[in-house]
Amino acid sequence: MEQLLELQNLEVKFHTLDGVVHAVNGVSYYVNQGETLGIVGESGCGKSVSVLSVMRLIPDPPGKIAGGKILFHGENLLDLEERQMEKIRGSRIGMVFQDPMTSLNPVLTIGKQISEAMVLHQGDSKKVADQKAIELLSLVGIPNPEERYGDYPHQFSGGMRQRVMIAMALSCSPEILIADEPTTALDVTIQAQIIELTKKLRDQLGMAIIWITHDLAVVAELADRVVVMYAGYIVEQADVFRLYENPRHPYTLALLESLPRVDSNRDAERLATIPGFPPDGLNVPPGCPLAPRCGFAVERCLQENPQLHEIEKDHHIACWVDVSTGKEL
Amino acid sequence: MQATADSNILDIPEEIKAKVLTPRQLVWRRFLRHKMAVIGAITLILLILYSFGGVLFFTEEYANYTDTGIRLSPPSWEHPFGTDTVGRDILARTIYGGQISLMIGLLAVVVQVVVGVLIGAIAGYYGGTIDGLLMRFTEAMFNIPQLFLLLVMAKFFGSKINTVELFGREFSGSVIVIIVIIGVTSWMYLARIVRANFLSLKEREFVLAAHTTGSSNVSIIFQHILPNSIAPIVVSATLGVAGAIIAEAYISFLGLGVQPPTATWGNMLEGSYNYIETAPWLWIFPGLLIVLTVLSINFVGDGLRDALDPHAIVEAN
Repeated sequence: MEQLLELQNLEVKFHTLDGVVHAVNGVSYYVNQGETLGIVGESGCGKSVSVLSVMRLIPDPPGKIAGGKILFHGENLLDLEERQMEKIRGSRIGMVFQDPMTSLNPVLTIGKQISEAMVLHQGDSKKVADQKAIELLSLVGIPNPEERYGDYPHQFSGGMRQRVMIAMALSCSPEILIADEPTTALDVTIQAQIIELTKKLRDQLGMAIIWITHDLAVVAELADRVVVMYAGYIVEQADVFRLYENPRHPYTLALLESLPRVDSNRDAERLATIPGFPPDGLNVPPGCPLAPRCGFAVERCLQENPQLHEIEKDHHIACWVDVSTGKEL
Repeated sequence: MQATADSNILDIPEEIKAKVLTPRQLVWRRFLRHKMAVIGAITLILLILYSFGGVLFFTEEYANYTDTGIRLSPPSWEHPFGTDTVGRDILARTIYGGQISLMIGLLAVVVQVVVGVLIGAIAGYYGGTIDGLLMRFTEAMFNIPQLFLLLVMAKFFGSKINTVELFGREFSGSVIVIIVIIGVTSWMYLARIVRANFLSLKEREFVLAAHTTGSSNVSIIFQHILPNSIAPIVVSATLGVAGAIIAEAYISFLGLGVQPPTATWGNMLEGSYNYIETAPWLWIFPGLLIVLTVLSINFVGDGLRDALDPHAIVEAN
């Protein structure tokens, strides 16, 4: 399989009045053609920043891509001119955001918003773009697309708006769809519908997907491979079956334990939680960023930040400890 | 498909289907509920009909025809509004002057909106140094009293433009000068409003979403953000028309505005200064027309503001 997109040692910093926030610290991951990559982690751990860097949409200032490469078909996106980047956005890489209530322009009809990219990138006439937009609306499961085409966003419900957003992102048949927590703002039934829809479209259109979420259950349903991020670092990376069967990083373990389970003991008092908060991006402690919250932490964790290393084939973790024995590796 | 049915099984009659109004329909409905605004709008339409329909009854030569033999005659059947200091018919002059005054009001606002929106949008969208420079310039313009600027510019440019022909009428070049200088001395307030709007709108997620579809900055400014700030622009522009009509009136009153024989409501007042008590018809009619126009525009502006602001509190009236 060909590597479509590869991040190499990406570093993103935000220069704020309080100091420099290290949002992404040397992150590398890749997506193959037609593959779905899940990126999991708590809020503020650099998931969104890393994909916004792919789109080159980090607000600058204060944000700055301080190092690394983002290779798309082998070409470094960070070297491109803004104009060349505009040609890639929306046509070859599409993106869907978390909150469908705010990501649609309230004063433009949804038809206009969907057809815009096609007029822009494919040079379609307005008529052709309109026709395609109607087809897209029916593809994403909006009933009466001909009528709904001229409607404004406020005339749609949240789930329907997310479908519209997906139609927008897919309008130019991108090679990669980046979905930044697209189901977080939706209720569970709608969430399930959107995931079903995404699966169907993926099989139909054969695009690669980067799906960002903090919901491990969603990842289990969709992803082929999973990247777990914490405090701007990748802490574990494996294919989805291996990760769920054999999680090797304490953070992944803790995330999995904090999920409610159908087969769990109903008398159990409460769900497991991870104590404390992710570290403040301004003063990251010298050792492993997870150490203060980690049940497995040893002396070394406080001094040295572990590098990502392979522990079995295609399974990487960044930890000093073997969680199965509780001993240092 | 999910639970959403493509067609209704029952044949539901049109009238009980819930109708969702477009934003435009909502605005229109709210505007119609504002009684003063509707009265203002009607008055304004009548005034426009008066100025532009009046040409059917009088020619411009007649409006500019001087007959010193009948100077300062009070209203009569022949001259319903009386005659001025050189014997011109005031009714005919208010009609032709109205055209000029309203045109100055509208076109000056066009200039004002173009300059104000451009500066405000660019400053607000790009921020940083560009914003700093543009806003310092705006503040500098703010700090010079508008009247002073108007007078200096009117004096400086007043005689430099020749007579022009437009819409089958001949205008003194001073009309163009007045339009431009009123426009370029009144955009600052609008620029600030637009900038403030852009500052908040550019952080909205739909702007980021527009970026991800590959829209360029120019298209985001004009196609995505500008339509969202149209409400304050429309309100400010409407009120700006009233402001421009008054600005024209006062520079013309001071003799630096539109030059006779071209009439405007403003320069008709100029000649009446010495006859405030002895020949009140000289100022009553043009003055009344200015007041009526400005008042009705302000009411329309108020109505628009309430209609365009979805958070507006509905007053019980």
